Amino acid sequence: MSQPFRTEKGGRIDRTGELTFTFDGEEMHGHAGDTLASALLANGVHLVGRSFKYHRPRGILSAGSEEPNALVGVYRKGDQTPNLRATQVELYHGLQAVSQNRFPSLGFDVGAVNDLLSPLFPAGFYYKTFMWPKSFWDRVYEPIIRAAAGLGKPPKNPDHDTYGNLYAHCDVLVAGSGPSGLAAALAAAETGARVILCDEQAEFGGSLLSENSATIDGKDPAIWVAEIVARLAAMDNVTLLPRTTAFGYFAHNFIALAERVTEHLSDPDPRLPRERLWQVRAKEVVIAAGAIERPMVFPENDRPGILLADAGRTYLNRYGVKVGHKVLVATACDTAWQAAFDLADHGVEVVAIADLRESPPESLVSIAAARGIRVEAGCVVTGTLGRKRVRAALLGRMMTSGQVAAGGQIECDALLMSGGWTPTVSLFSQSRGKVVWEAETGAFVPGKSVQKERSAGAANGLYGLQASLTDGYAAGEGAARAATGKSATINHSRTSGGEAGTGGTLGALPHDRNASRVKAFVDYQNDVTAKDVKLAVREGMQSIEHIKRYTTTGMATDQGRLSNMNALQIASGALEKPLTDVGLTTFRQPFTPTTFGLFAGVSRGDFFDPVRKTPSHDWVVEKGGLFEDVGQWKRAWYFPKNGEDMHAAVERECRTVRESVGLFDASTLGKIEVAGPDAAEFLERMYTNPWKKLAPGRCRYGLLLNDAGFITDDGVIGRLADDRFHVTTTTGGAPSVFATMEDYLQTEWPELDVWITSTTDQYAVAAIQGPKAREVIAPFIEGIDLSAEALPHMSVKEAMFRGIPCRLFRISFTGELGFEINVPRRHGKMMWETLAGEIEKHGGTAYGTEAMHVLRAEKGYIIIGQDTDGTVTPQDAGMSWAIGKNKFDFVGKRGLERPDLKAENRKQLVGLLTKDPKIKLEEGAQVTTLENPATGTPADGHVTSSYYSPALGRTIALAIVRNGHALEGKTLYVPMPEGSIPVEVTGTVFYDKEGARLNV
Amino acid sequence: MLLIYCPYCQIERAEIEFRCGGEAHIARPSDPEKATDDDWVEFLYMRSNTKGIAAERWRHIHGCGRFFNAVRDTVSDEFLKVYKTGEAKPDLEAIAREAGK
Amino acid sequence: MSDLPASDLITPDAGEAAILGLASVSILKAAPLTRLSFRAREASLKKAGTAFGVALPVKPLTSTTTAKRAALWMGPDEWTLLAPEEDLQAVAVGIEGKLDGEPHALVDVSDRSDAVIVTGERAAWLLNTGIFVDFSLESFPVGTVTRTLFHKSPVMIWRIGPEAFVVEAWGSFMDYVAGLLVQCAQELEAV
Repeated sequence: MSQPFRTEKGGRIDRTGELTFTFDGEEMHGHAGDTLASALLANGVHLVGRSFKYHRPRGILSAGSEEPNALVGVYRKGDQTPNLRATQVELYHGLQAVSQNRFPSLGFDVGAVNDLLSPLFPAGFYYKTFMWPKSFWDRVYEPIIRAAAGLGKPPKNPDHDTYGNLYAHCDVLVAGSGPSGLAAALAAAETGARVILCDEQAEFGGSLLSENSATIDGKDPAIWVAEIVARLAAMDNVTLLPRTTAFGYFAHNFIALAERVTEHLSDPDPRLPRERLWQVRAKEVVIAAGAIERPMVFPENDRPGILLADAGRTYLNRYGVKVGHKVLVATACDTAWQAAFDLADHGVEVVAIADLRESPPESLVSIAAARGIRVEAGCVVTGTLGRKRVRAALLGRMMTSGQVAAGGQIECDALLMSGGWTPTVSLFSQSRGKVVWEAETGAFVPGKSVQKERSAGAANGLYGLQASLTDGYAAGEGAARAATGKSATINHSRTSGGEAGTGGTLGALPHDRNASRVKAFVDYQNDVTAKDVKLAVREGMQSIEHIKRYTTTGMATDQGRLSNMNALQIASGALEKPLTDVGLTTFRQPFTPTTFGLFAGVSRGDFFDPVRKTPSHDWVVEKGGLFEDVGQWKRAWYFPKNGEDMHAAVERECRTVRESVGLFDASTLGKIEVAGPDAAEFLERMYTNPWKKLAPGRCRYGLLLNDAGFITDDGVIGRLADDRFHVTTTTGGAPSVFATMEDYLQTEWPELDVWITSTTDQYAVAAIQGPKAREVIAPFIEGIDLSAEALPHMSVKEAMFRGIPCRLFRISFTGELGFEINVPRRHGKMMWETLAGEIEKHGGTAYGTEAMHVLRAEKGYIIIGQDTDGTVTPQDAGMSWAIGKNKFDFVGKRGLERPDLKAENRKQLVGLLTKDPKIKLEEGAQVTTLENPATGTPADGHVTSSYYSPALGRTIALAIVRNGHALEGKTLYVPMPEGSIPVEVTGTVFYDKEGARLNV
Repeated sequence: MLLIYCPYCQIERAEIEFRCGGEAHIARPSDPEKATDDDWVEFLYMRSNTKGIAAERWRHIHGCGRFFNAVRDTVSDEFLKVYKTGEAKPDLEAIAREAGK
Repeated sequence: MSDLPASDLITPDAGEAAILGLASVSILKAAPLTRLSFRAREASLKKAGTAFGVALPVKPLTSTTTAKRAALWMGPDEWTLLAPEEDLQAVAVGIEGKLDGEPHALVDVSDRSDAVIVTGERAAWLLNTGIFVDFSLESFPVGTVTRTLFHKSPVMIWRIGPEAFVVEAWGSFMDYVAGLLVQCAQELEAV
């Protein structure tokens, strides 16, 4: 099939077979080993997208992950992943890619009108334009801007892929597998150190894969790479990770890697994750991230067909693709000349090498002459022509005055440019290292290490093949020695050719054009021009951080890797300050865009968070009960029968508990066993209540405060023996109560001989509540007397439940006769099913958390976190009775003495009864003293609990109200949109105020 | 993502196993009744929030469960010293000098 | 299954089918056990060990075992004592009797946790899909025991062989832990 720009031979692609793919629906062909970018170029496609702001036609600029233009959407399984860099998308059979940011088509895009209107869109345009009227923001400006903004289309469906995660440890992590990375990995691995080598590309080798003008140990560099990789692969202490980007360097040598596992496969096994997050803790890190070439900033430097010179060489040598048939090479440094020579050797017409420098190295000039290539020294590109692809370039002659004289026009269908090289210091910078300016090479290079890392090769500012290898060996040996203390001697390979070049330029190039009419792009992806950077300075931006945000330069997905240095130079010129005084913006994680799926990993769907179930869970499901999430627990909410709605089911459950008996799963309550000789002393200090005189076999309600004096938790505590208590906590409070107890125990009272053990999951707990509760449990309890005399309200005994040891509490959270039976968890199901069968015989019912809430509210029992909010004291809650009056100290005692906590006008817990018994208040509704308070009047409180009470045949509510206790009998108001609701302030106990039902 | 040495387990573990318990060496007054209101406010709420070398409480909550103290540079996240609960507060200035801060 | 003497103690639950059975890794539910949380000061350790039948380890993160007893270091004053299910009373009575009058706490937590046994050449790999601990044999030799996190669940890991681990979690977390282990292992079957 026709791939008009494919070379006849060479490259690392597999020419034995063809792969079919589509781009914007058009079928094309490529080879295994191609990227989407190289395959498109082989088919002569340069125009691949429209730019972000001006919708200018854009082509492939680079051959790596720094690509700013060629962002495409790739379809898979009926949905598309947007914004993939075509330079990183590996070609597979059936690949479907689409261009982005164009409407209706790539070739004709109506958004391109923005380009014509560009004088209207200078830097800071949005800041300046949409200032007023303020009310326009929400309804007019923002929706329009949002609709026009963004690149690519987000996928429509839930992510159909899975994502893996792996924690790994190693002695030496090497990021990057070019010459220095491979040398470092080998040197470290030979010492026996555990080595991870990762590279963002599909193949290891980096620049060596497109290097054909040098040899290593007399071999073609690619062959040397294959040999080294084979050696590493054979070693047990080495993990090789191709297609894996080291995207974040965090504290204490924690490095995050993104491995693309199946993205390159046509038909991956669905059991494989799409990507895997490697969370690596490395003793030492070698950053061998290489360097990237800088674009030259000349007018219209963004036309399709204009590429970085080294990218052109990579496409030729690695992928067997010619970027054009008539190529102009524009450069300020030596390395681009080799691209021209390689192209010429493949029969491509190199129309000229335009070198900015007055006298390029004679050695290069003579090679060019030998190939018959026209050389223009002291020559600058001042513009380009062509709509969807470059067709000619304007040349200018550099004058000694610094001016540029027109130098004519030259036809070309591709333009390769090189402004020099920028070391990739992103990871170093993320490790919190500070870069230093190296005037000699005109680059920022890694300075002093802050973490245990070292940069090697081009990332370290060293160019030339031999220098990179030598630096890599040294880095690998040094890292291994630092990590393990071990070293080894290995043969260092020798190179021939691949010398470091000279030259390079920064900033905008001079030209003879009308400066106000042309665009020379600095940041391609964000459409930031040289003019924009200068404008930012003119408008008062002094700091590079401000210039960055005002213009958005460096804020694209490449994090400024391509643009920062040029922008900095332009800003430096405009500010008339040395470049080093302008400062460099921070390179942030991630190095390249990273999927949300990778971060979410397995935490989705059923495994988003642990789902904790109680032993009655399956029974509840079977009976059609509904669940409520309480923290990580699933708790039965209510049990609708015969088409009941929630209200009807809850009403029936409440009535049944009050009239006969109900069964409730209380397994989720936190349980802590407090044991040791000082157990009572410890509880005495933790809880407000007195514990020392509580007899074994008896229980007490415990109230827990923090040292500020505010209620934080509550629960019933039973004394099992002199030195042993069974403490219960709220479901949600269990972990924090345990942690608080440990804190006081370990750090304040280490002298106490007492230990706490969480037993939450040790016991399954069934609560049997109601007048018939005793009859229900009696047949199954052995070993103790259940009578009111032997087992009064608030007592606990060890007994047997159907032959299983249990802890039997006589306690109540409903106001009815009640028992809670604790059995070892594995017997919980048996206990639940036994009791569920038994209550049926007594006309009882299982009830859920909703009925539980109603029943407790009828009795005025508070729920921590619902009726309290962390600012409520025992006095506020009307629970002064829970405070041991004669105690020397307890957590919160001193806090309660502070004036603020004893002040008048505190908000206090009260009951509210609506004047109309049918109206149920909204929980959270405000309470006011005035019927119709003026706007802005502060509320006097809020409703904390509100239910329909079947026992009372009317609604009830609890509320926190300023000075509430003094307002009993008074009328307050709950203002609602439909009008103010009058309510009467009452006590908090609505039902069985004297507690007669408990003591039966 | 910090790597923290637990003086009880005698091993470095990832931060996720630990909980930071705030500033160290803030003792609860042993006789709260004698503490003034200002003392109590100081104990409850006032923290130095140091930028630089600070002694902090940490708990190896998902390991041995023990509280311990650590001297950390809150700017660089570097741990300069780890010691057990009950041991005296080290000389932070000396530690800072030694670390060249 | 276990390289430790505790081979009688850590056994697959006979009545249960394997949770996962791949060539490279398998997960089996462990049979019920007596588990006791023991807390005491240093002075009482020797007596407690004598009463229990195996010395309590004082080296962090280690375990001591006999055929029917295992003592796992959980913290500087905390051990988990393992014994066959039927020995609960005997162990409790023995220790309480021996330590009469000495401050300590012994709490039955037999039902608090469930355990699975993860074995196979990819066992450590599988644990590392959710645990950040270094499971190389140099760093985590056989016999090492630790509490840590598996994704969002607290777990206890006890290495009983070069390729064998006991993974314990509180009962209500085990669906999450075992479920994720199985899910994360799926890719090992991919071709």
